Parts: sequence; structure tokens; C-alpha cells
Amino acid sequence: MEVKIKSMKHEDFKDNEYIDKLVEELNASGTNVVVGKLDQLINWGISNSLWPFCFGTSCCAIEFMCLGAARYDMARFGFEVARNSPRQADYIMCQGTITYRMAPALKRLYEQMAEPKYVIACGACTVSGGPFKNSYCVVKGIDEIIPVDVYLPGCPPRPEAMFYALMQLQRKIKVQKFFGGVNRKEKRKELFYAHDAQQVAPSSPEEAQEATNENLNNQE
Amino acid sequence: MADFQEQIGNLCPEAQFDDSGEFLLVTVPDEKWHDLATALKNEMHFDYLTALVGVDWKEELGVMYYLTNTDTQDMIHVKVATTDREQPRLHSVSDLWAVANFQEREVYDFYGIEFINHPDMRRFFLRNDWVGYPLRKDYDDSPEKNPIPLDDEQNEDNTYRLVEDENGNVTRIDGKVFEDEEYVINVGPQHPSTHGVMRYRTSIEGELVKKVDVVSGYIHRGIEKMCESLTYPQTLLYTERLDYMSAHINRHCLCLCIEKAMGIEVPNRAELIRMMMDELMRLSSHLLSYGCLTMDQGATTAFFYGFRERELIYDIFDKTCGARMSMSYMTIGGVVADVHPEFINDVRHCCDVVTEKLKEYHKLFSGNVIAVNRMKGVGFLSKEDAINYAVTGPSGRASGCHCDVRKCHPYSLYNEVEFDEVILENGDSMDRYMVRMKEMEECIKILRQCCDMLEKEGIEGEYIAKVPKLIKLPAGHWYQQVEGSRGAFGVYLESDGDPKPFQKPYRLHFQSPCFNLVGVVDLTCKDNLIADLITITASIDFVIPDIDR
Repeated sequence: MEVKIKSMKHEDFKDNEYIDKLVEELNASGTNVVVGKLDQLINWGISNSLWPFCFGTSCCAIEFMCLGAARYDMARFGFEVARNSPRQADYIMCQGTITYRMAPALKRLYEQMAEPKYVIACGACTVSGGPFKNSYCVVKGIDEIIPVDVYLPGCPPRPEAMFYALMQLQRKIKVQKFFGGVNRKEKRKELFYAHDAQQVAPSSPEEAQEATNENLNNQE
Repeated sequence: MADFQEQIGNLCPEAQFDDSGEFLLVTVPDEKWHDLATALKNEMHFDYLTALVGVDWKEELGVMYYLTNTDTQDMIHVKVATTDREQPRLHSVSDLWAVANFQEREVYDFYGIEFINHPDMRRFFLRNDWVGYPLRKDYDDSPEKNPIPLDDEQNEDNTYRLVEDENGNVTRIDGKVFEDEEYVINVGPQHPSTHGVMRYRTSIEGELVKKVDVVSGYIHRGIEKMCESLTYPQTLLYTERLDYMSAHINRHCLCLCIEKAMGIEVPNRAELIRMMMDELMRLSSHLLSYGCLTMDQGATTAFFYGFRERELIYDIFDKTCGARMSMSYMTIGGVVADVHPEFINDVRHCCDVVTEKLKEYHKLFSGNVIAVNRMKGVGFLSKEDAINYAVTGPSGRASGCHCDVRKCHPYSLYNEVEFDEVILENGDSMDRYMVRMKEMEECIKILRQCCDMLEKEGIEGEYIAKVPKLIKLPAGHWYQQVEGSRGAFGVYLESDGDPKPFQKPYRLHFQSPCFNLVGVVDLTCKDNLIADLITITASIDFVIPDIDR
């Protein structure tokens, strides 16, 4: 199966292998026709009305503003209204360096967003710390705090690159399954347990296992 | 210089002088510093504290003060140091120059120097629970000491000050930022109208703001510390990420400072291209601040107009520098490459378009009744306060200060072009807005003259001077300032004259204009409506990464 989005042809994307592999994996598990169609409908809806959450900390935010302005006009793709409240947004496009002081705020904002939620790490700083990697108070990649769906390099990335990243996100959304298993969701869970375990700092492996189980029960 | 030396010698016999540098250097023992500072301000009229730089000289910790006389534009600098590394203490001058309040807090944050008689001794950039003082040379930056925090920071309401009595005994007095009965509203750090990650804690009475406590540091990236482990050409990179809306100008400043230290003569053509880039950057920055100011008052359409014209400027950068933002175009000795063949035509076209559109902007917004009501007479800043708080740039000129570095301390080729310094008198939000609009016209005036000059030079020419491959500076310190789009941007550069092949700066400090601008938020917002907090800060127009560095 091919993942189709409205804005760009499949062969125009540079890295199709991973998404083909993802589709294969999902298809291998099989799904009910009714549930599958429902999934498709939901995914069509979400992927064409992605609302961003304004989260610009530095330079990338200016390029993101250009994306919203007349020449690039992201409204054409449905990435329309930048929301100022995390409760109304679908994805968070983290534009700019995240420092130690900002890290808890970013994590909290991410947790405040409603499911399904996605994260784009926009710019070198959010991917890996970028030019500030050696600093004493810069987080080396936001994936240390929150899970990331699309990595977008550049310092700052051009608006065209931002569109590419957003379309990749659309493609990713198109293959996710709400009623079946969702691969990326499992990864997110794992990540959260890892963090929770770190915070508690258990003294023995048994205790760690216990804490993880407890978390599992709480989350269910 | 000899004049000042004599005068200061009379005021303070303990002072030592060194006039081998660009300005007169006065070294004063800490006990005499406050008396001398009072005399310098009141008798010798050094009323503008241009820069306050903390430095760790290993055997002693200290502060460099750069002072300017706003009448004659003379500058001197003063060094005050202490050998105590366990509990370093110096006397505060925040009662004389109000701008020192935040700057001393910055030095306290970076070096752990406590300032006696400072009203509010708290950290400024780093979290309250941070361990160590990062800019000290012996700082331990192991991640175990300061791990990534995942819990929310607790509001630090406790502060203290050190008070000295007549016998020289220093006692610590604890205090509170906000009293228990005060009603405190939090704005930020993630708030769309703070233009970045800024946080204000405002105490209000009804709808009137009584006090604003600025909590900064949400984008503090430790640029100054990182620069100490990079070679000179590598440090240029970070200047563009400070105030990204005056990227070229900041980079120009550091280039000028290094060239001054090395004694490199830059070709005329290179300096001309640099100046044009500076002015284009200023134009783009003012267009952005127009867009954001209007959007904060609800005029979303005006925001789109501002961005439409900015795209023209981005295209020019794109063609010549190869990038829209963070261009990395200027380098030590000149510019990286010659301009694009269509550069002059593009700039002329851009000038024509913006001149035409400026009329449209005024028609759309400047006379609008909502804009007038929300900006006229709101957020007043007097001329005395502007100098006292070292507010420069458009915000300072709106209060009537003559503070344009292009006129006061001309650099580059600004002597050879004709332009006016826009100075207005009222000091309210409206004037701050109008200064920017008028300054855009001046930018266009400069650009047009530069286009003619560049055309005379021909299509191609020498755009970079002969620069040694390994940049080495003699031991010493230099200070260079330029007019950024938001005020006077300064670079303090200190070199230890290290003979190793890859020399690194001993201390590099960026004196950012926005850092001073944020100091007047409390003053200008006091007794205004909380809704006006947004328009006032938008009209002062600061870029947060420039504050936090």
C-alpha cells in the first residue's frame, strides 16, 4: 500500500523506505475492514487539519511566522491556525533551543495537549542541541524530554523544509491505527516509564520492575 | 585623556591609571569605588553606564565598567576587583546607574560576586537551584551536578541584600519580592505576546499594574562561556543567534572588534557591502516589529503586510549570502563572497517598494483610533530615566536621547553618508512606534546612497583583506559598539595573548541592547492597565535570546 497525501506525490519524497516498511508491518498484523475504514476516515481528518501550537523560543520561530504569512501560506495545507493553548493544538513544533530552565515547561505543555498529539523537532537545537551542544544548560535534543515524531534539521530550516517536515507528519498520521495497534504509541509508553523510573531512582532491579508495573496499571 | 586622569587623581588618590588602551583605564580599590562613582556621575557627568562586564582573572574576580559622558561622548573604563574567591564582595552602583541593577544580578549569577547595597540579590538567568557559577574559570560543568530538571521550578520569592554600616561591617537582610497580600499574576514563559520565552510576574491592584518582576533565562544558552573554548572565527557564529533580527549587525560588531585588535584594514568595498547589509537588516527588523506591534493590538492584517515586504529583503540575502536567516556572511577582514550581480537592482527595487508601502502602513494603522488610544501617552519613559537605564536605540530616541552609535561614535562608512538621527520627545508607546517608522525612511536613504557608491566601485572588487590563517590577538582588551536594530550593541573582548596556534578569547562579553530594555518594563508599566503591558513591551520591542544570550 502507498501512503497518499494531497500535497505531494509519493515518489517526490526522498526517504520512502521507512514508511513503506511501517505500512508493511501494520498490514502484517491484519485488521478488520470496518475498523480499518474508520481508521482511514479519522486519519484523513486529522492529517488535513493539523493545528500547530505556538512554541517558538528563538530564531526558528521567525521562519515559522514566515510560513504563516502570505508567501508561504501554510493555510493551504490545513496547518492553519496557530493555537496559543496546548488544549486546542494537534502538534507542537518546537522552534528553538530548549534550556534547562525551559525543559519542565515544555514537558508540562506537552502533557497538557490532548491525544492524539505529535511533536516536530524543528531546527538543529531541538534535534541535538545544535550549535549549543557544548553549553552547560542546553538540552541536547528535545527527545530527552518528550517523544519526537519528525526531526527537521537546519539552522534555521527554510520554510520549504518546514513544509516537507509537516508533510512527513501527515504521511505518518495516515498509517496510524487508532482501533488496531499503534506502533508509535508503544514507543511513547516505554519512554515515559523510563523517565518515571529515573525520577523514583529505585535501589534494586526488583523495585524498578515493581514501579514500572505500578505505572502500567495506573496508566491503563 | 590626561584631563580625566588629573581630575580622577584628585578625586581618588588611590586610583591607578593606564592609558595605553583605546580608553583611559582606571583601577580603583573596592572601598573607594562608590565614592568615585558618585563623583564621576555627578561632577564629571558620566551618566551613561555603557557596559558592565564581570571577568575572572584567576587570581582575582572583578568587574569592568564602561562609562560614557552623554554630552561629549567621552568614554572611560574602570576596573574594580577582589582577590577573595570564597566570598567575593564588591560595592553596588545600582543606586547611581539604574541599569546596573540587572547587570549586577547577571554578574552575581555568572561569577558569584555579591554586591553590597544591591536591593535584590537573586540569580537572573539560571534556576534558583543551580550549583556553581558557570563563567568562573574553575567551574565544574559535569552533568551530574546540574542534571536536566524535570520538575517545575519553585517561585523564589525570597531575596536578600547586604547592608554596610559606617564601620564597614556587612550584614545580610532578608526580604521578599512580593508581599503576602499582593495579588500576583503570572504572564509567560510560553505566552504569544511576550515575543518569545519571557516571564513577568505582575502584582496588580484592580486592573492597574503595581510591580513587574521580570523572570528571565528561559533561553539562556551560555554563549559567552562556549565562546571561551572556540577560536575567533568560530565565535562569529553565535553573534547571529543572539538577536537574530540584527544578525548582520551583531556579526559586524565582533568582526570590527577583532579587526581593531589585530589592526586589519578592511577594503572600502567590503565595508560598504557590510553597511548595506546592516541597513537591510535594520529595515527587516523594523518591519517585523511593526508587524508584531500591530498584531498584539489585534490588527492581524497589518502583520501580513509587514511580512510581505520582509520577503523582498530575505530574497536579497538569499541571493548574496545563500541563506534567509543566520547568513554567516561577514568574516574577519571583510565579507565571505562578493555580492550577487543583481544585488544593486534588487536593493533599489526593495527601497522603492518599501517607500511606497510605508505610506500605506501609516494610512492603515498609525492614525487608527484604536492604535492612538492604546499607544498615545501610555508607557511613558522620561529622558533622564532612559539614560539612567541605558535605554538606547529607537526606544531611547523616542524619549529624546541622542544615542545613535552611528552618529556618536561613527564606525564603518557612516561618516560618508547623509542621514538624520530620528529623535522624538514624548517617550510614550506611540513615539517608540513612530521612531521605527521614520527610521525605515532613513534606512532607505542610506541604502540608496550606498547603491550609488557601490555602482561607482564597479561590479567586482576586493571584498576581503589579507588575513592570516591563524587569528592571533595580542594581550589586551577591546570594546566595540555598533548601532543594532534595537540599540547599542557592544562587544567586550579580552585576550591573554596565548602563543598556542589556535588562540581562544579569554573573555567575550556581548552587551546586548535588549538586556537594558527589559530593565524598564517595571518602570514603564507601573500604574498602567495590565492589558497595556502587552502594547508597552511590544513597543519597547525586545528579542528574548538577545537578553538571555
